[in-house]
Amino acid sequence: MPHADPKGVLTGVHFMDGDHAACEGAIAAGARFAAGYPITPSTEIVERFAARIPTVGGVFIQMEDELAASIAIAGAVWAGAKAFTVTSGPGFSLMMEHIGFAAMTETPCVFINVQRGGPSTGLPTLPAQADMMQARWGSHGDYEIIALCPNSPQECFDLAIRAFNLAEEFRVPVMFMMDEVVGHMTEKVVIPPAEQIQIYPRRHTRLPPGEYKPFEPGPDLVPDMVHAGEGYRFHVTGLTHDERGYPSMTVAAQDRLVKRLKAKITRAADRLACYETDGVEGADVVVVCYGITSRVALRAVHLARERGVKVGWLRLITVWPFPTKQLRALARQIKAFVVPELNLGQMVLEVERAAAGQAETISVPHAGGGVHDPEQILDAIMEVVR
Amino acid sequence: MNGGVGDPAELGPRPEAEIPPEACECAPENPVEQFLRTDRMPHIWCPGCGIGTTVNSFARALLEAKVDLDRVAVVSGIGCTGRVAGYVRLDSFHTTHGRAIPFATGLKLANPNLLVVVYSGDGDLFAIGGNHIIHAARRNLDIKVICVNNFVYGMTGGQVAPTTPVGATTTTTPYGCFEPAFNLPALMDAAGAVYVARWTSYHVRQLTRAMVDIFRKKGFCFIEVITPCPTLYQRKNRMGEGLDAMKYYKEKSKVRHGAPTSEVALTLDGDIIVGKFVDRERPEYMELMRSQLAAQLGDRYVEVEHLVCS
Ligand SMILES: Cc1ncc(C[n+]2csc(CCOP(=O)(O)OP(=O)(O)O)c2C)c(N)n1
Ligand code: SF4
Repeated sequence: MPHADPKGVLTGVHFMDGDHAACEGAIAAGARFAAGYPITPSTEIVERFAARIPTVGGVFIQMEDELAASIAIAGAVWAGAKAFTVTSGPGFSLMMEHIGFAAMTETPCVFINVQRGGPSTGLPTLPAQADMMQARWGSHGDYEIIALCPNSPQECFDLAIRAFNLAEEFRVPVMFMMDEVVGHMTEKVVIPPAEQIQIYPRRHTRLPPGEYKPFEPGPDLVPDMVHAGEGYRFHVTGLTHDERGYPSMTVAAQDRLVKRLKAKITRAADRLACYETDGVEGADVVVVCYGITSRVALRAVHLARERGVKVGWLRLITVWPFPTKQLRALARQIKAFVVPELNLGQMVLEVERAAAGQAETISVPHAGGGVHDPEQILDAIMEVVR
Repeated sequence: MNGGVGDPAELGPRPEAEIPPEACECAPENPVEQFLRTDRMPHIWCPGCGIGTTVNSFARALLEAKVDLDRVAVVSGIGCTGRVAGYVRLDSFHTTHGRAIPFATGLKLANPNLLVVVYSGDGDLFAIGGNHIIHAARRNLDIKVICVNNFVYGMTGGQVAPTTPVGATTTTTPYGCFEPAFNLPALMDAAGAVYVARWTSYHVRQLTRAMVDIFRKKGFCFIEVITPCPTLYQRKNRMGEGLDAMKYYKEKSKVRHGAPTSEVALTLDGDIIVGKFVDRERPEYMELMRSQLAAQLGDRYVEVEHLVCS
């Protein structure tokens, strides 16, 4: 893989919050276009991009709403740019149609959602993790996306790069699921030299116009791309289409396309699975968590261990596709999963599905607006082993 | 085609493939043919529909303006008119309902060398997409908007649109439309478009000429084209076939170049004021952005023409 363009990389040791770090990650990843609409607690990301990008060589535009922002990025991508948009709760709801459009047209792009309390206007300045299912299922129809979940400013930087790389590799919209606490917490962020940052390049076809078919998949089920203005005279539509990109309203075309869009991600699920563990080997109970909750949960895990409980910690980094196979294997070795999250029980449903009855699954819900008290998680752990 | 077209995406398989190839309107020697995806013919538009006529003008205008066709990108929303993107042999994007303009905005800003043409229906551009079009005009984004106004939502079966004249019957105003309609040229004028014209599908030469004009003009340009929808609008309002519409356009059109846009509102059966209403200069979005950033940032400003990634 080629490395990052040094022009965009602020190599050095910084003290910055997650929002700023995510912005730097996007720039380091090669994003040169962003469109957004201000919304707390995500706005700092576009504010930083607006300030930084003219000195790197790129464009920021504040659009008239999130529907506009979420499709302006698709336009920029088809012109050749790497592009992303940034939002929170209500704005994410408005973007749903264009997540589906990006999935259907295989437009590589990144949606950053700094989650806040909902539903509706909810808690604009306070954290939640209640858009996890929306990120996966929010647009109509069957499709797959990839979603990543950072738990620190450093990871906001590192994973933002990964988000762009995965978007390019799979030609899929990638959801970058932060939360208000991670977005606003300030910590040390180390930005490596550009030559240590690997960048997945645009999958541009090598075929000449005439031979190239815009939606003919390669062996990994992902087609190669071209950009407007290169002489290919290609067509892109959100309608069900064939390999040429032409609308094709048949059951067969629908079957072929939609199944491929799903399979290109699910077939790579093992490679996409990404999580961090602590003390899972030989544990009776495993706490499954992600984002800011993973840091609170770790404290609960330590407290439980002090009380002699064999408890492990598993932090999801890639949330979608869900690492079903890996959690199922784990379920066979433990008594229970404990799943704290800042919602009333979302990813716990996936954990339960993965466990398939082999281990108990305990939800530790929180309606949002703050983080769990570690004691709440500790109580759930102690309850299971009692 | 018989009956309403209906949104194929909504109403199931469309009868496109059932139409014999003879139904194709473009004879092989037609100079316009090179602009069409002939492998996608026949098209879905009904006999007498005015959309195809505007595409003819569009193709001729591209020829006449000697535009480098590799540089042209057509962006459509959803609707009968939205299908234009799929029929032109150009880089073309059939986006989502109402969002052709923001898609075009991203496309143009990432590659300002493109000639970006938004080709869509009145409902798409002014109902669901109304917010976007006024903002693109305000910014004076360098895109060319061709709005085919047939006074109804064609694709979904002839419902009321923000352009439906008071008194017209549509499938969702079965007792007559009572909502006041938009006067599109006035709206575009007020929002800041640098070029605003209206023609009908009867005025093919003038329409072609207007398209040539906007391909050569920088900034946000807007052409409203009044076209017949014989299947839905004409029929529901007992206005006859496509040909009857042509007669009406011929009789009732009054050419008034430079007419104040406040005076060009349309009615159910009144005069149709046509012509070039606005043609002015205003700095374009990209120019404004660049001069501002260069002035503020000096040497630190990195101007990139095309934001293409490796
Ligand atoms: C979000 C969304 N809402 C509704 C529709 C259904 N729909 C498709 S086309 C259309 C109206 C098109 O009318 P117009 O823009 O006037 O174009 P015409 O078909 O008359 O050319 C509607 C409402 C849709 N595709 N997407
Ligand atoms: S606009 Fe009317 S006449 Fe034209 S294709 Fe649509 S339904 Fe048919």
